[in-house]
Amino acid sequence: MALLEIKNLGIEFRGLRALSGFNFALDQGELVGLIGPNGAGKTTVFNIVTGVYRPTAGDVLLDGKSIAGMKPFRVNRRGIARTFQNIRLFGGLSVLDNVLIGFNQSVAHGFLGTLVRSRRQQMEERLHEEEAIELLRTFDLVDRLHDSARTLAYGPQRRLEIARALATRPKVLMLDEPAAGMNPQEKMDLMELIGAVRRKFNVGIWLIEHDMKLVMSVCQRMTVLDHGETISVGTPQQVQDDPKVIEAYLGKAEV
Amino acid sequence: MHDFLQQLVNGLSVGAVYALIALGYTMVYGVLRLINFAHGDVYMVGAVIAYELAVKLAGLNSPVWVALPIIFLGAMVGCGALGFTIEYLCYRPLRHRPRLVSLITAIGVSLLLENLFQNRRIFGATPRNLPELLVIRPVLSIAVGASHSPVIVTNLDLISMGLCIAMMLGLSWFVLKTKMGLALRAVSFRVDTASLMGINTNRVISMTFVLGSALAAVAGVVDAMRYQVDPLMGLIPGIKAFVAAVLGGIGSIPGALLGGFLMGLVETLLKGYLPAQYNNYSNAAAFVVLILILLVRPSGLLGKTTVEKV
Amino acid sequence: MDQAASATMLHRGEVPAWAVNLGVGIVIAALIPVSISFDKYIDNYVLDVLIRIGVAIILAVSLNLINGITGQFSLGHAGFMALGAYTGGVLLKHYQHQIHGALLPPVFIGVTILGGLVAAIAGLIVGIPTLRLRGDYLAIATLGFGEIITVVLNQIESIGKFEVGGSAGLHNIPHVTNFFWTYAWVVICVVVIARLVYSAKGKPFFAVREDEIAAAAMGIDTTYYKVAAFVIGAFFAGVAGVLSATLSGNLDPGDFNFVKSIVIVVMVVLGGSGSITGSVLAAILLTYLPEQLRAFEDWRLVIYALLLIVMMLVRPEGLLGNRELWWKRKTAMV
Repeated sequence: MALLEIKNLGIEFRGLRALSGFNFALDQGELVGLIGPNGAGKTTVFNIVTGVYRPTAGDVLLDGKSIAGMKPFRVNRRGIARTFQNIRLFGGLSVLDNVLIGFNQSVAHGFLGTLVRSRRQQMEERLHEEEAIELLRTFDLVDRLHDSARTLAYGPQRRLEIARALATRPKVLMLDEPAAGMNPQEKMDLMELIGAVRRKFNVGIWLIEHDMKLVMSVCQRMTVLDHGETISVGTPQQVQDDPKVIEAYLGKAEV
Repeated sequence: MHDFLQQLVNGLSVGAVYALIALGYTMVYGVLRLINFAHGDVYMVGAVIAYELAVKLAGLNSPVWVALPIIFLGAMVGCGALGFTIEYLCYRPLRHRPRLVSLITAIGVSLLLENLFQNRRIFGATPRNLPELLVIRPVLSIAVGASHSPVIVTNLDLISMGLCIAMMLGLSWFVLKTKMGLALRAVSFRVDTASLMGINTNRVISMTFVLGSALAAVAGVVDAMRYQVDPLMGLIPGIKAFVAAVLGGIGSIPGALLGGFLMGLVETLLKGYLPAQYNNYSNAAAFVVLILILLVRPSGLLGKTTVEKV
Repeated sequence: MDQAASATMLHRGEVPAWAVNLGVGIVIAALIPVSISFDKYIDNYVLDVLIRIGVAIILAVSLNLINGITGQFSLGHAGFMALGAYTGGVLLKHYQHQIHGALLPPVFIGVTILGGLVAAIAGLIVGIPTLRLRGDYLAIATLGFGEIITVVLNQIESIGKFEVGGSAGLHNIPHVTNFFWTYAWVVICVVVIARLVYSAKGKPFFAVREDEIAAAAMGIDTTYYKVAAFVIGAFFAGVAGVLSATLSGNLDPGDFNFVKSIVIVVMVVLGGSGSITGSVLAAILLTYLPEQLRAFEDWRLVIYALLLIVMMLVRPEGLLGNRELWWKRKTAMV
């Protein structure tokens, strides 16, 4: 049984079918890609899995249990964390706080402990802070701990978003175009980082990416979407050679 | 049956005023996504201008058919200028700030107008009656069925409804048939794209404020004749008209008209049919309606729904 | 200096929690002798202003939790205050002949908490449906809620054998509030809200304000936090209501219309939405200044309105913006 399993997923918006018959499986420690031209329905898949949309068909299973239609915060608590295509950091808060908020569900003390500043609460806060700093070190953000997230450059913002997602201790990490807007060097570094994250945190990573070359170089498997339909599945090589992909992706749209 | 028809007439007459004010809310919201909190006070200023003009004209003994147009036009021009000034000084500099900043500023403008006019050097807190320019009298009485008392329509009812419909037609023509109207529609779709298309968005937005304020002035003059002139008179009708705009679907011009008339009807029917001791609850009714619509169908009767993209 | 190094040393030199708790206790205890000597030596007018400042601080800080920190723009705070004020006023007036001497302090504590709880229940009722609304729509809905309370209070002459007063208002409520009661609640309100939001448990309040969708994706139950902000904020507004009702001895439904709510909003905005110390500062300023403006009574609210407009145009983030006067680094804000 796979860690994340998606069966025959579909969604309609007022009769408009945005996704149909989508199947997928992801195991712990895997790095899998989701590609397709603009408007193919990639982000829609992410939005359904993370509970933003409710599917009109099919099921999403995490550890064999259905999470389809759950509220986003519950999906996250079950072990799926994500980033957003149009970065959604807590812009007015510090880099450190962005990550600390990710730890919120591991907070074991209650409101009363918070109000009296109990010993347990103090210990826990320190522990989380150290963990957060450690995490930020991995993402090379430790020099910016107290700057507000809004002031970071584009690349560091994307990295912070991943760090924040990891702070929720996910089993599955979903990255929506993590390299969008980066220059080639930054993209290379990011892909290296994502590989390192996979090894260090032993999470399953599922990522959406536009840059074909990039996905091909890091992903073990990939799914190709077009107009809400899965047109190809397989290793980067298999996908690259699939005539359907060439037609949909390379033949018609610019890469 | 007779009572009901009479309430209907009253409701439409009151509703016409709400509709006129609601148009201003809806147009401004359409282009700026701002709840112009001060709009009800612009209506009040219209009434105050009407009062001042009426006092002057009464001194000159001018006949009604001269005085009334002067009062209406004077109030419209005055309020148009006020609307322009408010937008120019208070909202324009905040165009690119978070929307709540503009909302708070609008609340500030509202407080400012109310308290400025309550000052006795300017108008004073005591409500005043308009000099008797127009004697409100029945002009139509329609016998209904076997009832002895006929349904009465006063000249003020006719002015109120007539002006509302005339203004509405004028506004529709303006929005649908003129170049400026087209620009206005474009701006209400997307301000930034409209400006890329060569539309002077500042001019369109100013225009919206001038038009909306002039419409509110008409409502203010009608209510000055119907009730009294009072610096706080804008509060309740302002809020009710806003509810009307939301009910009709904020941003939608026909929606404002529909919402206004519905609001007027609901209110007069409640007043007419609730036992007297509960009469004041009809003021709360507006808010109950508001909260219910916001919860059940925030886009209103004729509005469009929007979904935040993730 | 390397920020990481400074972060690990964050807690060095920090006063331990037990010492701070003790300090808070001592401050509250010290209020008793201070209050007694104030009653003796300070003239009534000054004491009255001081107490009104205290009430304003509670109102501003509690509204800040809802508006500034959680980002749920509410224009109905006076409604919550009204519920507390009437709960306290009605009960204390009704039972004033049974309660005196040694019985009074514990009863008054109970009544203040009860007033807070009634308001908190209203906060829950308002909080839940308004969850679907954002920004200006939420503002209008909460304004509507506050006005409904005013209209209803205007209509109710009595509930059973308890006099409520209706549109004539409720008068001759015993004057129980003093400096001690007020400032004990000020300390509790500020400490509770500050500790709550500047802690791991409370950071999600800020997250909800910054980006609800991202907050939910981080496992934060945004509904829970929004309702919690309304309930806690309403509780303290209710407490402030009881305090003010027993200060003046008179209640009039009109005192709690939305102009009152706006006055509280102005305090939050002026101090800086999200800054607790900013709210405290603004509450002091905006209660004290009008006293100095008595001579210009006619222009008082005009100046108020102008202040608000100019503030929005010149410095919309308020006096302190997001910062606090004394919580540093460790805080949620930068």
